Amino acid sequence: MPISREEVLHVARLARLALSEDEVERLTSDLGKILDAVGIVSELELEDVAPTAHPLDLVNVWDEDVPRESLLLADVFANAPAAEANQFRVPAWEQ
Amino acid sequence: MGAVVDTLRLTAEDAKGLLERGEVSGAELREAYRGAIAERDGELHCFLRTVDDAGGGGVPIALKDVISTKGVETTAGSKILSGYVPVFDSTVAARVKAAGLPLLGKTNTDEFAMGSSTENSAFGPTRNPWDPERVPGGSGGGSSAAVTAGMTPWALGSDTGGSIKQPSALCGNVGLRPTYGTVSRYGIVAFASSLDQVGPIAKTVRDAALLYSIIAGRDPCDSTTAELPEAVRLPEGDSLEGVRIGVPKELNEAEGIEPGVAEAVGRALALAEELGADVAECSLPRSVRYGMPCYYLIAPAEASSNLARYDGVRYGPRTDGASYQEMVDRTRDDGFGDEPKRRIMLGTYALSAGYYDAFYGQAQRVRTLIIREHREAFERFDVLACPTSPTVAFRIGERAADPLAMYASDLLTIPSCLAGLPGLSIPCGLSEGLPVGLQLIGPQFGENMLFRAGHVLETALAFDTVPERWRS
Repeated sequence: MPISREEVLHVARLARLALSEDEVERLTSDLGKILDAVGIVSELELEDVAPTAHPLDLVNVWDEDVPRESLLLADVFANAPAAEANQFRVPAWEQ
Repeated sequence: MGAVVDTLRLTAEDAKGLLERGEVSGAELREAYRGAIAERDGELHCFLRTVDDAGGGGVPIALKDVISTKGVETTAGSKILSGYVPVFDSTVAARVKAAGLPLLGKTNTDEFAMGSSTENSAFGPTRNPWDPERVPGGSGGGSSAAVTAGMTPWALGSDTGGSIKQPSALCGNVGLRPTYGTVSRYGIVAFASSLDQVGPIAKTVRDAALLYSIIAGRDPCDSTTAELPEAVRLPEGDSLEGVRIGVPKELNEAEGIEPGVAEAVGRALALAEELGADVAECSLPRSVRYGMPCYYLIAPAEASSNLARYDGVRYGPRTDGASYQEMVDRTRDDGFGDEPKRRIMLGTYALSAGYYDAFYGQAQRVRTLIIREHREAFERFDVLACPTSPTVAFRIGERAADPLAMYASDLLTIPSCLAGLPGLSIPCGLSEGLPVGLQLIGPQFGENMLFRAGHVLETALAFDTVPERWRS
């Protein structure tokens, strides 16, 4: 199941990756082979089988609503590449 | 004074005994392991960083670098988290700390735990203690090789599709992937949230059980955790009387299982029968053919979502760009290595409009079938057995260029991971001078049965966990 170069570029845009030309080429080839291998799941007729999102039968896990300590602001920003006035600083959004 | 301990042979349980009887001090014990690290880690590269933690006074431990440790850099083997110093402890780190286990260091891993050889670490590969030209398995190769090389008595790893069990098989030690939901994922760098589980790596099954008892149990910070239905029992005894062991033919006859691996597993199963177990063939018809494809759709899909958080805004290095979008896209392209990029792309594709039902939705339905066929097998059996890895440790570089060859390393560990079931790997012999792992799979919350069967077998097998080149 080949994947086209255009599809790879589209997916890279969805995944927020600025791939190099070399990476686009390699991923087009790699993803094609991997999709061939995983695509065999379509052999099975499974309309009447429910999907599994999670292997434990847990529903409605409740906890008491008790306030507890949260992170200090200094900790929240401790690892930020750029922060200012208790906010993360980023370049402007391109319209 | 100057107590000499042979860290290659000392079990955690024995170390605990020495401490309790005052025959060795906590400082002396830590020094012994630090000495082993100084002696052997230059060759093996198990540790991404070591720490001098004098806290606790118990048996020291090493943690895989996906486990957040307050104040100690945690990178998950990725450049995109280099320099990241967590401001809180993961629940498992807090629990081992509360149990008094001092931290020796953080161990190497494939980037974001994605890989089966530890070659995908952004900080260089770990080598196998049995043969440094070979891989230790992955993703938790650092933790596993460190245990075998006597650099730590035990360690924690994380397992999504085999990252604890497969390295244990390749390094000749004991690894447990617990039942999904028994160990908190709070503070673990997320890969695939419906599959990730933290578990112990040790030299013996009893050590693994002891460490599991320290970390297991419900955590209010992780709503996918459950209370253990029964307390952990340290296994004893020498009989498998009454234990019904199923041998799924698909998992024992799969293409790619090396003859030497099949022979070692076959001998272990014959021994199990001599020890009183009831051993019979069974079938998991879809688990091998569809397990790997199902896993490589679900895990990348979840990963593509989990790894969206690495955007150069809140932590990690940033690559500058003229706009917010350019900064994010460049940061991610510079920060992620090839394998995470491959999986992010694959997962994003599988979740994208037009392909969601055919790929992700279909894989979730296949997962239901795999859960069902395991459940049916456990109506007749207490334990299922098969090789952990189809092969012994392969050479560094051998599979690095072929993603599908690498993915095949997890062929036999993946099905039970998808089903959320516990799996224990114990060493059962050598093939070509390299360790072979026997995988024991249990029903949900079946850890105590795995510990019992594993302990009895390990005692009878008497596998020497010290690599031949270091035996004196």
